[in-house]
Amino acid sequence: MTETPFVRLDAVSKSFAGVQALNGVSFSIAAGQAVCLAGENGSGKSTLIKILAGVEKPDSGHVAINGEIFNALNPRTSVARGIQVIFQDFSLFPNLTVAENIAFSAELASGDKLVKRARARALAQSVLERIAVDIPLDTRVETLAVADKQLVAIARALALDARLVIMDEPTTALTEREVQSLLAIIRRLKAAGVAVLFVSHKLAEIFEVCEKIVVIRNGAVVSDAPAAEFDIDSLAYQMTGRHFTGSVAAPFDAAAQPVLEVDGLGRDGTLHDISFSLRPGEVLGIAGLLGSGRTELAKALFGLLPVDRGTIRLDGRPLALRGPVDAVEAGIGYVPEDRLTEGLFLTQSILRNIAIGRLDAFSRSLGRLDRSGLRAEARDWLGRLKVAAPDPDAPVKSLSGGNQQRVVLARWLAGNPRILILNGPTVGVDIGSKTDIHGIIADLSAEKLGVIVISDDLPELIACCHRILIMKAGRIAQETVSGETSERELTMKLAS
Amino acid sequence: MKIDWTRNETLVFLVVVAFCILTTVVDPAFFSLPTLFDLLRNSIVTGIFAIGVLVVLVSGGIDVSFTAIAAFAMYSTTLALKNLGLDVPWYGAFALSILIGTGLGLVNAIFIAGFRLPTLIVTLGTLSAVRGFLLTFVGSQLISNVPPGMREFSQLILFRGTTAEGYFYSLPWAFAALVLVVAGTWFLLYRTLLGRKIFAIGGSEESARRIGIGVRGVQVFIYAYVGALSGLAGIIHASLARVANPFDLVGLELSVIAAVVLGGARLTGGYGTITGTLLGLALIVLVSNSLILLGIPSTWQSVVIGALILLGTGLPAFQAKRAALRAG
Amino acid sequence: MDQDMEKPAAAPRPASLFRRRDALLSSAMTRLFLLTLLIFVVMAALDPSRFLTLGNFSSMAFQFPEFAILSLAMMLSMMTGGIDLSIVGISNLSAVVAALLLSSLAGPDATGLAAAGTVGLAIMAALLVGGICGLLNGLMIGIFGLPPILATLGSGLVFTGVAVAITGGSAVLGFPAAFAFLGNGAVFGLPVPLIVFVAIAATVWLVLERTALGLRIQMLGTNPLAARFAGIDDLAVTVRTYLLSGLFSAAAGLVIMSRANSAKADYGSSYLLLSILICVLGGINPYGGFGRVAGLVLAVLSLQFLSSGLNMLQVSNFAKDLIWGGLLLAVMVANGIQFGRKSR
Repeated sequence: MTETPFVRLDAVSKSFAGVQALNGVSFSIAAGQAVCLAGENGSGKSTLIKILAGVEKPDSGHVAINGEIFNALNPRTSVARGIQVIFQDFSLFPNLTVAENIAFSAELASGDKLVKRARARALAQSVLERIAVDIPLDTRVETLAVADKQLVAIARALALDARLVIMDEPTTALTEREVQSLLAIIRRLKAAGVAVLFVSHKLAEIFEVCEKIVVIRNGAVVSDAPAAEFDIDSLAYQMTGRHFTGSVAAPFDAAAQPVLEVDGLGRDGTLHDISFSLRPGEVLGIAGLLGSGRTELAKALFGLLPVDRGTIRLDGRPLALRGPVDAVEAGIGYVPEDRLTEGLFLTQSILRNIAIGRLDAFSRSLGRLDRSGLRAEARDWLGRLKVAAPDPDAPVKSLSGGNQQRVVLARWLAGNPRILILNGPTVGVDIGSKTDIHGIIADLSAEKLGVIVISDDLPELIACCHRILIMKAGRIAQETVSGETSERELTMKLAS
Repeated sequence: MKIDWTRNETLVFLVVVAFCILTTVVDPAFFSLPTLFDLLRNSIVTGIFAIGVLVVLVSGGIDVSFTAIAAFAMYSTTLALKNLGLDVPWYGAFALSILIGTGLGLVNAIFIAGFRLPTLIVTLGTLSAVRGFLLTFVGSQLISNVPPGMREFSQLILFRGTTAEGYFYSLPWAFAALVLVVAGTWFLLYRTLLGRKIFAIGGSEESARRIGIGVRGVQVFIYAYVGALSGLAGIIHASLARVANPFDLVGLELSVIAAVVLGGARLTGGYGTITGTLLGLALIVLVSNSLILLGIPSTWQSVVIGALILLGTGLPAFQAKRAALRAG
Repeated sequence: MDQDMEKPAAAPRPASLFRRRDALLSSAMTRLFLLTLLIFVVMAALDPSRFLTLGNFSSMAFQFPEFAILSLAMMLSMMTGGIDLSIVGISNLSAVVAALLLSSLAGPDATGLAAAGTVGLAIMAALLVGGICGLLNGLMIGIFGLPPILATLGSGLVFTGVAVAITGGSAVLGFPAAFAFLGNGAVFGLPVPLIVFVAIAATVWLVLERTALGLRIQMLGTNPLAARFAGIDDLAVTVRTYLLSGLFSAAAGLVIMSRANSAKADYGSSYLLLSILICVLGGINPYGGFGRVAGLVLAVLSLQFLSSGLNMLQVSNFAKDLIWGGLLLAVMVANGIQFGRKSR
């Protein structure tokens, strides 16, 4: 191929504070080509995106756009050359209309001081038509569903004549049907000569749209080949470097009194007739795309979301969960999806992040705290979960993702819950910690806790869980025993 | 016309109407041209302030220093003109006051846009510093003989007339200043890209940065604009009163912020309308001037305004919170 | 509110629940201590014969507790990430209620047990009013979700307004002589206001460093979302915080009332800015989560020394306003720049 690719990365390396995020990354993207950048969280994908967007500068290597070589880009040059990034939070203005959001960057670029409403609307309309999407132009973006917001974000990228659209984990917040619409749009973009860099760790979608897959692991490219040369198993292997073999979960007593019984749980619009039981020591997996209701179920079990009908019984006792405080008191713990904003107090110390769950237990008369007792217990848990924390009084944000997750786990485990719900427990966690956390889940099972794991990572579910529930459209669609299924089969079931 | 009950403007409008009806019932003389014109006159200075505060709130900030800036600008202008013995026409005095106000607004901008410090505490600091500077180094004496140019201005009448019963009513040209400010700010917010940038920053400052809106530049403009408006309001106040009292104006902040917030502007930024602000202004002016007609002594004024703030912002906040909890 | 402001990344140093031996050597606290020392030295050097006298120290010890107690009230609300703009309103309202009780039930000529009893009653009434006001604040913020700025702005107006309404705007006078003891008396040579301040400061320190509530306050202020996910009852914490703030404001009001021998709806209006200045200078993060009582105490001392020095130089009150405002800006710039920007 003698044709110059639209974008070419050449031996790009980048390190942060001694950690090598990218190591000699090279690959290219041709015009109108859809390339998938596949890699687990923590593999270096986001750093790569930031370098292409001009938000970060590589330590070495360069980026070539249409043959023009850049040692470092900045956001302005990057955009001017046609690179547009759609971040996971879309970067939209919730208080402005769809038309305004789409046309804003173009209006900025035009240099006009006055607002040309008609022109902006026309631009917005034409862009939406280009991707065959129909959203009323005057709706305020904050009222839109997540999928529609994403479409507006894509439209905005196109309004600026993007030649390469980088989408960072675009399907995280979409339902299956919306994923299909998105994939159709990507095909349309390709037909128009716009290249797409589709960054994801979700195997099924990757195959549907990409011609080329670049697999990145631990900051280096391990594979760069046409999509046809991969299949799900080999792709998974390249991304993780391991094969998943069978279940590691310890057996549990299926005849024991269930620790959790959910009966007919429903919430208008999101959950329908959810019923299942969980036995002590059982690890139950829940899979499903967002919109399937899996996060809503987790939140409902933790008191974060009110339900309209149904009962939740813990050890036979019906629970009335008005809020997380009730859930904690009942013995339910919840490790949230977004560790950084929902799980941790980043600027507070590691010990405090653990201790915050145990204050009532260590309160003495007149509200005084048994501080030394708290400290000792927290330290103890640091050891038990093998948290690499040389200074337990340092702010928890100084820890790596894997260690941070262990801190959150420690907080809940210290309180001896009856049930622990884990939402995406190994997102953004390095391989070593991932294995350790799976080991911790196995230990929890051995100690007869009821564990619920919600995850996108199908091999993880198969490895850790006894049973897996597949949710679709707010219902439990299927139930599988993990020993009797495989990742491919699960993927099919999820997608069907 | 569809009535949107969830919007602040609707509720405030109803309260204003109810207030007027109630007051007219108690004192029929309320519903008359003299009263209307009185109220209009009394809303000029507060109104100009309110428009300035609206712009700041839309951008996601808050400014409590505007009254101190206004006092400083008007007093130093008056003093300067008197001491220099210049016989400057009123628009000269106005220009000077606006200039001074803009300068002081830029001081705010240095800390907010430059050092990226929190707006409430910065403007609390400048409020104190500007006022302190004024009273220490510029002067603390009342100036009762304002320069002729300013006195002239106060005599410029827009409308005047006499009612059938023989009551005078008049509206000074100063009212036109308020109209101009309202129209100009409307144009700024809704017809210029700069205005849309202000809304964008209020909606999501991070997103604004990412798409290349020069956030700092816009913030500099905003605080300079509020400063300019404050300078204008100050000099109008002094001209109409024909007295430059350096202790005036400070203390009004709460009423002004109340007006803007009642009108639907959110502290978190990105939301707020001119209509809402004017309605909120109407309510506050009514309360400040006419409570007595309802038999409520003026000493209870603060209580009423405070209660209005709490109710007027509490109800929407409560609704929002319930919706958020409901959604998980 | 301004979403852009990034919290100081590493300091004021997170007050560890488990204080480290070298905590006092943390750079922010050391700098503050040196600043306090510096101000003391400079003020003393300006006029040693007047500054370095027992009389001056005694007079300072009588003066600063008023605003110091208000600062402690402000500190608590700031630690949760909020702010209490109504502390002066609460302080005046509580004082006015106490004053009306005192002047009507006892009067300036009352002595003996009856007087003491009325004084006790008045004090309790003031604390009750303060508590109720604080409770109202906490409920509005906790249940209705009103942003603290607006809630306390509005409530401050209401409280001040009620005080104006029930006094007609004038001062309330005529207290029994016994009451003067609170603001002007001394026990074993220590000024009573100072004792009150120390007691309240110790209470705040105990609450923040030694109780579950204190830790919950700090965590809530650091990350309200994570606090909810961690099972912290944010309503309970908020209500308790503003309740305490209200009680302390009332205590400050009583001290002011005793020292001025009168109560008025608009006393101490400059104390609001001053207490914010003290908190910021004392290293309390206005976004919440971090702050040490020791820092606040040093800031109080710094400002008292500065204030006394300025008085000796016969600097007017207006000039003081200028200096406080300027100092607040300077401190924020210094802190902001010093600790860099938090990267999200």
